[in-house]
Formats: sequence, C-alpha cells, structure tokens
Amino acid sequence: MIRDPKDLKRYDASERANHWTVGISFILLALSGLAFFHPAFFPLTQLFGGPTWARIIHPYIGAIMALAFVVIFFRFKHLNKMTPADKEWLAKAKNMVDGNDHDMPEQGKYNGGQKVMFWALAVCMLLMTLSGLAIWRAWFGFDITVVRFGAVVHAAAGAVMIALIMVHVYAAIWVKGTIRAMWYGTVTRGWAKQHHRGWYRQVTGK
Amino acid sequence: MTNHWVDIKNADLIFVMGGNPAEAHPCGFKWAIEAKKTRKAKLVVVDPRFNRTASVADFYAPVRSGSDIAFLGGVINYLLSNDKIHHDYVKAYTNASFLIDDGYGFDDGIFSGYNDQKRSYDKATWKYQMDGDFARVDDTLQHPRSVFQMLKAHYARYTPEMVSKVCGTPKDAFLKVCEYIAETAAPDKTMTNLYALGWTEHSVGSQNIRCMAIIQLLLGNMGMAGGGINALRGHANVQGITDFALYAQNLPGYLAVPTDADADFKGFVEKKTPKALRPGQMNFGQNFPKWFVSLQKAWWGDAATKDNDFAYHYLPKLGGASDVLSIFDQMYQGKINGFFCQGFNPLASVANKKKVSDGLSKLKYMVVMDPLSTDTSEFWKPHGEYNDVDPAAIQTEVFRLPTSLFAETSGSFTNSGRVIQWRWKAAEAPGDAKDDTEIMATLFLKLKEMYAKDGGAFAEPIQKLTWAYRIPTKPSPEELMMEFNGKALADVLDPKDPTKVLVKAGDQLGSFAQLRDDGSTTCGNWIYCGVWSAAGNNSARRDNSDPSGLGQTLNWGFAWPVNRRILYNRASADVSGKPWDPKRTVLKWTGKVWGGNDIPDMRPDAAPEELVMPFIMTPEGVGRLFSRDMMAEGPFPEHYEPFETPLAANPMHPNNPKALSNPAARVYKGDMEAFGTAKDFPYVATTYRLTEHFHYWTKQSKINAIMQPEQFVEIGEELAKEKGLKAGDRVKVRSNRGFIKAVAVVTKRIKALDVDGQKVHTVGIPIHYGFKGATKPGFITNTLTPFVGDANTQTPEYKAFLVNIEKA
Amino acid sequence: MALQSLDIKQRSATTTPSTQVRQTVEVAKLIDVSACIGCKACQVACSEWNDIRDEVGHCHGVYDNPVDLTAKSWTVMRFTEVEQSNKLEWLIRKDGCMHCSDPGCLKACPAPGAIIQYSNGIVDFHQENCIGCGYCVTGCPFNVPRISKEDSKAYKCSLCSDRVAVNQAPACAKACPTGAIQFGSKEDMTDYAAKRVTDLKERGYDKAGLYDPQGVGGTHVMYVLHHADQPELYAGLPANPSISPLVSLWKGFAKPLATLALAGVALGSLFHYVTKGPNEVSKEIEDEIEREDSEKEGAQ
Repeated sequence: MIRDPKDLKRYDASERANHWTVGISFILLALSGLAFFHPAFFPLTQLFGGPTWARIIHPYIGAIMALAFVVIFFRFKHLNKMTPADKEWLAKAKNMVDGNDHDMPEQGKYNGGQKVMFWALAVCMLLMTLSGLAIWRAWFGFDITVVRFGAVVHAAAGAVMIALIMVHVYAAIWVKGTIRAMWYGTVTRGWAKQHHRGWYRQVTGK
Repeated sequence: MTNHWVDIKNADLIFVMGGNPAEAHPCGFKWAIEAKKTRKAKLVVVDPRFNRTASVADFYAPVRSGSDIAFLGGVINYLLSNDKIHHDYVKAYTNASFLIDDGYGFDDGIFSGYNDQKRSYDKATWKYQMDGDFARVDDTLQHPRSVFQMLKAHYARYTPEMVSKVCGTPKDAFLKVCEYIAETAAPDKTMTNLYALGWTEHSVGSQNIRCMAIIQLLLGNMGMAGGGINALRGHANVQGITDFALYAQNLPGYLAVPTDADADFKGFVEKKTPKALRPGQMNFGQNFPKWFVSLQKAWWGDAATKDNDFAYHYLPKLGGASDVLSIFDQMYQGKINGFFCQGFNPLASVANKKKVSDGLSKLKYMVVMDPLSTDTSEFWKPHGEYNDVDPAAIQTEVFRLPTSLFAETSGSFTNSGRVIQWRWKAAEAPGDAKDDTEIMATLFLKLKEMYAKDGGAFAEPIQKLTWAYRIPTKPSPEELMMEFNGKALADVLDPKDPTKVLVKAGDQLGSFAQLRDDGSTTCGNWIYCGVWSAAGNNSARRDNSDPSGLGQTLNWGFAWPVNRRILYNRASADVSGKPWDPKRTVLKWTGKVWGGNDIPDMRPDAAPEELVMPFIMTPEGVGRLFSRDMMAEGPFPEHYEPFETPLAANPMHPNNPKALSNPAARVYKGDMEAFGTAKDFPYVATTYRLTEHFHYWTKQSKINAIMQPEQFVEIGEELAKEKGLKAGDRVKVRSNRGFIKAVAVVTKRIKALDVDGQKVHTVGIPIHYGFKGATKPGFITNTLTPFVGDANTQTPEYKAFLVNIEKA
Repeated sequence: MALQSLDIKQRSATTTPSTQVRQTVEVAKLIDVSACIGCKACQVACSEWNDIRDEVGHCHGVYDNPVDLTAKSWTVMRFTEVEQSNKLEWLIRKDGCMHCSDPGCLKACPAPGAIIQYSNGIVDFHQENCIGCGYCVTGCPFNVPRISKEDSKAYKCSLCSDRVAVNQAPACAKACPTGAIQFGSKEDMTDYAAKRVTDLKERGYDKAGLYDPQGVGGTHVMYVLHHADQPELYAGLPANPSISPLVSLWKGFAKPLATLALAGVALGSLFHYVTKGPNEVSKEIEDEIEREDSEKEGAQ
C-alpha cells in the first residue's frame, strides 16, 4: 500500500485503538459465545484454554467490550444522526448492493447503512450487557426468571450481533480502500470522493 | 416392653402418649408404619406438641404436659361407664374380683395412711381382704369392696369435662381418642401403646404407666400379639443396663437388694420370697432364693457356702437412697469425695445443672471414663456464658480415661423388646482408649493387690471375688456373658426323676429353671440364663425365619426370659386355652402342652382346668388393677400437678393443698425453695429429644451437627405474638434455677390450651446442646429443670416445669 | 459422578443420538410423604455414601437443616405447617433432583457429556465435563442443581447411579427407617403408589395421589401425596412443572435456525463478492483526483 501525504485523515489513533479494542473483544466473545451457543461450535472453547476457561473469561471480555463500546458510542453518536439524505440512500441501498452506486445520494462521513449499523449494534450491545450481567453467576444471583429471560435475550442478541458484524466486516472488505481507514487512519481522496462525497467536500473544501 | 418391636406391626391401634417414637425411635417406628400399611391400623397421638409422630398419625389430641393421669383416668372412666371392656378377660385375668381391705380409703386426693410430715404413706391398709393365706374374691364383681367397683368409683370423677378442664384437651378430641381405644375391647382387636420418657420423667411417672396397665388389662390387650405395655428405651443398650442393675436399688435381674435392716440371710430371703395369694398359682417369685443364691455363687464362688449363708455378709447393704438425685444431693452437701463417671455426662443430663456443678466442685477427685471429652469433664472450665464458672474456686482433680466406643468392642445390646443381640467389633479404638472392662479390671486388681500388701478393713469380699478370666486385666465379653449366664457346679438333677441329670457339672445352664438354692449353680443374672447355654452364644443367632408371620423370629438372638418374645402370653388365649384371636395365635392349649408361636409364659403342661392364671410373676396370678402396696403414692393412680404447676390448685382437689403435687414424692432441703411459681414463670416448659441427635453425645459428631446445628426452643404462634417474637429470633428462657439462650422456632404445632379457665402456653426445649462439640456452642437445657423425681423411681421431672421467656 | 456401566439415553450438548439399541428397565424412587417422619436419615446417608459434608450452619427458626440444597447437600427435608379447615398437618417432603424424563438441565447444558441421562431414567451430572456455567440451574423446573463455591461445578442427587448400576438401592432408600423411600422399577413403584393412595383415601384423604408430573415427561423420583391436588402445600412443589418456555425457546429450535442464518450471512457475503465483484473507486474519480493534482502542480 502506497501512502500518499495527500490521503485524507478519517480516524485518529485513539479512535482506531478504541475500535480495535471493541473489535478484538468481539471476536473473542463471538468465538467463545458460539461455543456455548450450539454444540457444533463447542470445540472453539479450545482456543481459550478449554471450556471452563472459556466460560470464566467470556464475561470479563464482555465487560471490556461494553466499556470500550460506550466510549465509541459517545465518540460517534453525533456523526450518526439520521438525515433525509440517509433515508434516500437507504431506499436505494439495493442498487448499491448490486454494485450500481452511481446514482446514490451524496453522503457525509457515514452513509445511511452505516448509521443503521451503528444504532443496531448499540441496541444489541445494550441488550448483551444487561442480559450478560443477569446470567453472570460468578458475581450475581438474580431471580431464576430473570436469569432465564437473560439467557434467551443474550443468545438472541448475540446471534443478531454476529450477523451484523459479519455484514460490517464484509462491507469493509467489499468496498476496497476501506480497511486502511482503521489500519492507518487515512483513506484516499478518490475513496472519499466516491463513497462519502459530502465528507470529502467538507475536509477538502472542494 | 412386654412385647417387642416387630410385634407393633400386629396392632390394630397404635396409641402413642408419653413418647414420640417417630422422633426418638425412628427405626423401631417402622413397625408402626408397617401396621398402618398392612393391617390398616390407626395411629393416635396424644402429646403437648404436634410432633413428628403426629405428622403421620390418623388423629392427634393435645394435652397439657403433666396431666397424663387425668387424661388416662378419663379413658378408664370412659371404658367402664360405656362398658367397653373385655369382660371375660377382666374377670379371669385381673384382680377385678378381689376384695379390698376395709381400712383402705381415699379422701380428697389422699389415700389412707398418709403422714404429711414424712411425705409418705403407711400402706398397711392397701391390701386385699384375706381368707387365711388367700385373698377373698367375688366373681360377680358386684361387691362394693371389689377392685372392680372400687376402680369404677375412683375414676367416676374423671369425666370428659374434668379431663378437658385439667388437660386442656378439647372434649370432642378426648372423646374421639376414647372411641379409638374402646374399639380394641373386642377380643380380636388389640391396641399397643408406645411410651417413653414422656411418661417416666414426671413426679408421677410410674403412675402414668400404671394407668395404661389398667387400661390394657380392661381391654384384654396384655399378652396379645399387637398389644402390651411398651416402653421404648432410648439407648441401644439401656434395657441391658437396667437388667444389670445400673441402679443401686436392684441387684442384677431386678432382684431386691438388701438394706441395712436386712441383717441376716434367712430373714432377707424370707422377706423377699412372696407367697401365693390365690390357690394353684405359679407365684414365680417363690424362686427368689434360687436366683439370689446363684448370684452369690457367681460372685464369690467357693467362698460362698451354705455354712456362711452364701457370703451374704460380703454383699454391701444399701444404707439409703442411691438414685441419681440422691447421689448428687449428697455430693452437693459435701458428703462424697470421689466420683467415677463412666459413660455418663451428668452435668448435662441431671436436673438443675447449677446444683450438679456445685456438687462436682466439692469433690476431691472425679474420674471420667468416656470415649468423648464430655461437658462434665470440663465442668470446671469457663466456656463464656455457656459455662460461667471460676476455676480458681474449684479444687476437684479431674482424670480423663478415654474408653473405646461401642463399635470398637464386641459384646451385646439388649433392645427394648428384651432381645439380646451379640455384636462384633467393627474398628480399633483410637489412641490410648481402652475398653471399660480393662480399666475396671485393672483398677480392681490394683486394689486387690493393695489390700493384700497393706491390709485394710473387710478385705475379704475383694480378695475372694470370682475373677477367673484368661487375661485377668482384660475380661472378654464372651467370658462375661458365659459367667452371667451361669453354669452347674454339680450335676443338676431333675426334681421329678433324680436319676436324670439335666446339666452335668461344669456345663453352661440352659434356663433359670435349672437354678438351685443349694449352691450347686451359679448365675450372674437369672433373667439372662440361657443366653449362653451348652449350645453356645444364643445372642449371636441370626436366623430371621418367621413361620408365624407375627415377627416372633424365635431363632434371632435371645430374648429374656427364656427366649420368650411376648410376656404374659398365656393371656392371649381364653381360660379354656383357645386364642382370643386365632389369626394372631401366640399361644394355645394343644391338649397336652401349651403350643403356638412363643415360649409359653406358663408351666408347659398346666392344663386350662388347673386354672393357673397368666400373670405368673404376681402372687395373685392375675394382672393388678389395684396395685396393693407396690406403689409409693397409692394403689390407684390419681392426678397430681407437677411440682411446678401453672395452676393455683389441683383442679381435682381444689381445697386440699396437700394433694396439689405428688404427696409421696421426695423433695430435698433447698429444692422446694428452688421451685418457681406461675406468677414469675407463667409458661409450662417441657424438654425432649430430636431425631437428629442422641443425648449429649452426637453434638460431637459433625454430620449430626450439620443436621441440627444449634439450640432452639419451640413456642406457639400465639405466645410469639404476645411476646413480639418471630422465628429465628434469639430468646432467653428462665426458670427459677437459671437461664438458657436459644433460637426461637415459632410453630403452629404448639397451641395455647384452656386449662381450668386459664390460658396455658407451652415452651418446648430440646436437650442435646452444650459447650462441647461440633454444634454451635449452647447452654445446657438442664440448667432449667427442677431437682425432684418420681416417688417410686426418682426419675427427675424433666417434662413439666415453669419458665418465662423474653427476647435475648 | 463417575461414568457407570449404564446405557446412555441422551447426553448434553450432543446432536447425534446416543446408544439406542438396548433398553434397560426404567427405575424410580418413590417417596411416600404420608410415611415420612422427617428424620433426615436420608440426608445423612446421602452425605455418607457420597462423602460430602456441608457446613455446620445455624438454626433459622425452622426444623429444616441444612436450610437449602447446596453443592454438598443433595437432599434436604422441607417442613411445612399447614392448617386447613381446622386440621393441622406437618407436611414433610424430601427435596432433591426429580430425575425428569425430559430434563431441563440436560437441555440447557452447553457442555458435551456434562449431563447424562441413562436409559434407566437417571439424570446424572459428570462434573469432569462440567464447565460451571449454571445453565442447568436455569433449565431446571424444580430449582435443584447447585453450583459449588469451591470448584464452580454443578452438583445434585445422582440417584446413586453408582449403586443402582450394581443393583443396589440408592443410599437414602436403604437408610429410610419407615420405608417412606422405596426404589424399584418405575412400573412397580407406580403400582405400589396406587396401593398407598387407596389406603390414604380410606383414611379420608380424598385427593391423595401420585406425583409424576407429565409436563416434564414424568419423573424418576415420584411422591405419594395426601393432597395431590395441592402439591404447592409441600414447600412449593410445582403443580404443573415443565421446562420454562424461555428455556425451550433458548435451547430449542431457535439455535439451529440462528446458526443457519449466520452461515447464510457468511455465504451470502462470499457469493456477493464473487458475483458482484469488489466495490472499487471508479476510474473517473481516480482520474479526477489525478487531474486536480496535476492542475495544482501546474499552478505552482
């Protein structure tokens, strides 16, 4: 990858570190969580030093992720306010998926899809945290109905969240030039102009 | 028990009063459940508390602790006035027809012959009218002085209303119990009654049981399968202990012990050998000389000869009372120097802990022989408020000798049903622990050696004592059992045919019928004779075959006497020898001899026409409704209040203060003053045991401690409300003798009772806790109990006294 | 506890069938509450046979002790005083694992082989496979399993599977002095219970009956109750226990579906990529930027 001084700064170092804290936590949580989600994934517990360790570690990583997510949430909340342009973008999202992004409406730093993702993940994260606490037997002893409810919510929200993150990751892979924003913090001007023209204008003044 | 554990399954009605077998005898209680399951038997419980037994009962009635005689007297009255008695049985097998001496009387709670200064009776008039040697009888039972009519008259006062007034039992509940009991007056129906310390531990304990004896005789339930009077003994071997004269008032086998007044052998034996009161009766007690002489021979062997009255002068003579209360009273008065405390924890288990502790403090030395470090062995040691003593003020030197536990020795247990069962050693005793026998033998041999070396007053009884054990310091359980079974010293001949040798010289005896009063036999305990016969150790037999289906299992262990399982079993058949209930045949006349499913309690060839009556141990030959001069406080049981009563007067005798509490009970100086009154201590307290523990022993065992870890008291919801207490609160319970603190269990199972117009609350106090053990440290319950006992046995009144209660 | 020579009917967190070919006799423990005197011999026998000793606790103002099931107390007596229509009863129920035919614990357990159901009906925990998540507690309709504070593993009554495997009755049944605990084939126990129920009805308990709740497919620990119409009287014995619908939802069909859905998302993404190709910055925009740059350079 050739880094060009004219590349545009999209994320500073602190934001990137924050993102990857969440990201790594998520990967560990997803792997260990899936292991308890369905027997087919149980062997994943070996990645954590065996099933008991997986059970012990999982909630602590969850706590880390929850804290890191709170920081990210408040960092980017104001950038994720939905606008009419986002709704228009969402209405045309099918074209985008089909690879036909020429007549997508002009987007700011985040497009409508990313904003929906942001809020969906925030909701999931809230549910995961609360339900996770409800079923964390090492520290808490809630009423059995609460625990049962927590177990269902945790599993359901977890599945949704994994699906969302898969979409998130795939989108980053699919849209070339995206991942470097989280590696180096910069994107090419071309990338910005094509995908986030509003933001491009804002940062370049053009 | 006149019957035995398994026999409970043969009952139609199981009447539980004065006991709580589900709680205290859960293993034996299986037979009550068995009767319910297989015979559709009913279980009726009368108790101050709705207890574990009541939890599986068909009917429960409450009763005020200490009012049992009023209740049972009411039952007697119900049976007589509703004609619910077994007439043929009563007429033939009881003393109902005997005429009572004209001098005998009863006036407002006091029987004839009372001396209130001495608190005792001159019993001269408590006897039958005599015709020469024999008692006068009236077979019609109509004579006004007949026992039957006098019994009727005595109990006519015990109306259902009076019962309810004295006992606090609702009248309808009392009548319901009477109906259950009355059903068993039918010849083919039986009631068993199960009682334990709930009857004995009263100042009228023995008379509580007398009441039931009268009821069972009226119903014709004595001698029957599924009937009888059944005392449930607590410890696995407490029956054995009693049989072997743990109590100094008896010699082994319940033989009378001579007192200082019995100066010579001849006079003593004559006095203790009864004469038949009716013609043709067995009067088995006439064999007393054989039993007594054989005992002397067992103890002193060759040194006991006809010429020296079988060493009668060696035998210590009782100088006075020597029951547990009297011993601790003497200790308290400083009259005792040394105390051997063997398998006994008196600080915890004797009434009025303070008095016991003060008594122990006056000893020069105490030797504690026990597998555990008991509370008693540390009576001098401060354990916070649980044992608040000043060791500097106590000079008693205490020695602890660790002994082996029952499972660490071989030997035998005698259960409540008189069945002697051998048991085998299961483990080695830990550390320095030694068998009790080894400790006692070593001590004895040391004393003997010291007497030999240094001389001393009256050394002979010690020097000449039989001590023929293979290892003198370690008499084996087998040697001891063979010894107390007894053997022939010379050939024992058949009295009917002197050419026939029954037992060869040197052989073990097979039955007490072979004992002789001429010094040719030895026997350490006549009722155990036969347990180790020529056939070997019969207590070790383990054949549980039961052809009768009654659970008699005659080849399992050995029951005293002579392997008989049901006492008075001749009474299970009518006068002609036919069983009252052929489906439960215990005994029947076969034409030549008595046959059936038990060892006959009768001369085997005594044909029915000979009219030899079933109660062979009495000189009358029949069961006693009227007990003559056998009891301290009267020939008929009468209700007296406990020494600490919530009532101002005995409701049966409101105007006679002498008849408030047992007029013949012994009260020591200072103890009368230590009784509390209802003004300061308004609640009735009763103490008892819990399934989870055994006495003061299992509090040292972790697993028992887990099951019931901490001392508690039980109070009813109404009292709790009055006192502002809730379950789990810590409370202080006080009597006039001290206090304990415990956790409150608030329960629906103890109800306030309406007694003589006043509300009476009961406080239930389990024993078991103390300052030593794996349980949470606790107070000793007997801190609270009064130092007074039953007038006959001196068993302390643990079951009825007064307390107050407050939040701690 | 240890693996037994017992045939396995089902195994936790295992999606393939366990051995199905051989059938053993279904067993049951029958607790006749009407014959139980609450002596706790069963509690002691349980402690002794299984070599577990709970803490020496406190009196809580009731006879119950230990006051609840723990990892070291697999059975406890629960005492309830009930007064109905002026009649007092002291109902004493031995509480512990019911060994459901449809065990909620096993259903909830995520650890393969931590919970086993033998073909004789016994549901057994194998602590060496237990990961301590407590899902069994969540799954149990009777609130029985307890997690040890020392090793974080789940414990409960094993119905003495080790004893039953060698034709011995469970320790509690062996120790019960009144025969209130019977053990045998489920069929025999059901027959025996019918006799007991008849006896109780004759004694005036019109609603006596057998407690063998069908909501969990029946149980291998059953009760004879005097008041079968009111099981709640017996220290809250549930009237119609079943695995919570939440647990069924959580551990039932939803999970395979969710797994498929996740696989769908992954595969969908892959096929999207290979069919639609990557989304790259278009040539025009690259050119535009290049143009802008050269204009800028030219301006300098």
